[in-house]
Amino acid sequence: MTTKTVAVVENILKANDHLAEANRDLLDRTATAAINFMASPGAGKTSLIVRTIAALKDRYRIAGIDGDIATTIDADRMAEAGVHAVQINTGGACHLDAVMLQNALTQIDLDHTDLLIIENVGNLICPASFQLGVHLNILIASVPEGDDKPYKYPTMYRGVQAVILNKIDLLPYFDFDMAYFRRGVEALNPGLAFFPLSAKTGEGLDDWIAWLEGSIQRILA
Amino acid sequence: MHELAVVQSLLQLTLDHAAQHRARRVLALDLVIGQLSSIVDDCVQFYWDILARDTIAAEAQLRFHRIPARFQCRDCGATFDLDESRLTCPHCQSIYFDLIQGDEFRLESIDIEENDSTPETNRTSQPNATPSTSDPD
Repeated sequence: MTTKTVAVVENILKANDHLAEANRDLLDRTATAAINFMASPGAGKTSLIVRTIAALKDRYRIAGIDGDIATTIDADRMAEAGVHAVQINTGGACHLDAVMLQNALTQIDLDHTDLLIIENVGNLICPASFQLGVHLNILIASVPEGDDKPYKYPTMYRGVQAVILNKIDLLPYFDFDMAYFRRGVEALNPGLAFFPLSAKTGEGLDDWIAWLEGSIQRILA
Repeated sequence: MHELAVVQSLLQLTLDHAAQHRARRVLALDLVIGQLSSIVDDCVQFYWDILARDTIAAEAQLRFHRIPARFQCRDCGATFDLDESRLTCPHCQSIYFDLIQGDEFRLESIDIEENDSTPETNRTSQPNATPSTSDPD
């Protein structure tokens, strides 16, 4: 009997990463720009998504995928906003992964979709570890969560293409140090696009929509 | 809570490589995990004990090699460890720096017991095993 050490040197989530690449190929082939929104529970993901759909639905054919542990509440809200929405119930899992997205993509007519909006499970830890194959990962923070979140969840803040700070209409009522928050975001992601806004009042929404449209144009070009 | 999914992936990766090398048993795994990769060792071990049961890796020891997060300052070039409460360069106070290590999340190697190729002990031939380079008995 002999024993030996065998070199592997592979990412532990290699299988997920491969599926993410396959998802990306499919999205690219069908000219569908896919955006993954991540946030803690209650940050306002669905409210901002509904606002975003309202602002873009005249110019793009939009579909939605919503990930939640249970219920279809969020997908129903997307559907009310006028888009075809698919609910993924993760059955307890704390994140979407590439397999779940792959299955959900079969329920969407990608050939007739320009923009796919994915709402991840509300969680600032697990979704960061699982690539989906989307074009843009967006993190939605919110004022009531506090200004220290970039410091506490550095992995989540590192892997995104833009950070939105929602609920700025509540700034007068919270001790939220905007400079401290921004420094944390910048340190982890120098030059990252940053959009303070309120999905409730609409303040700051135009800048976000303009940036998103520019990004979609680049993806679909 | 995503350790379950991580362990499923880790086990498959381990068994794939063990099969390629015609392993009879997997004795140990060396895992390289960066500080910024959120994973809990005990939790991985817990799921491993359940999922790897009835596989050739059931008894494998999981060895975690933790890599601290290190950054390099874009302004002064200094390298420094992560201080989560500050997130500034300790030398020049710059807030612009790049991660140079600390997001590792890989299976570095596995220790295996090889399947001896003598006919009487070769009970579990692997269909996808690579040809042995050693002389047959």
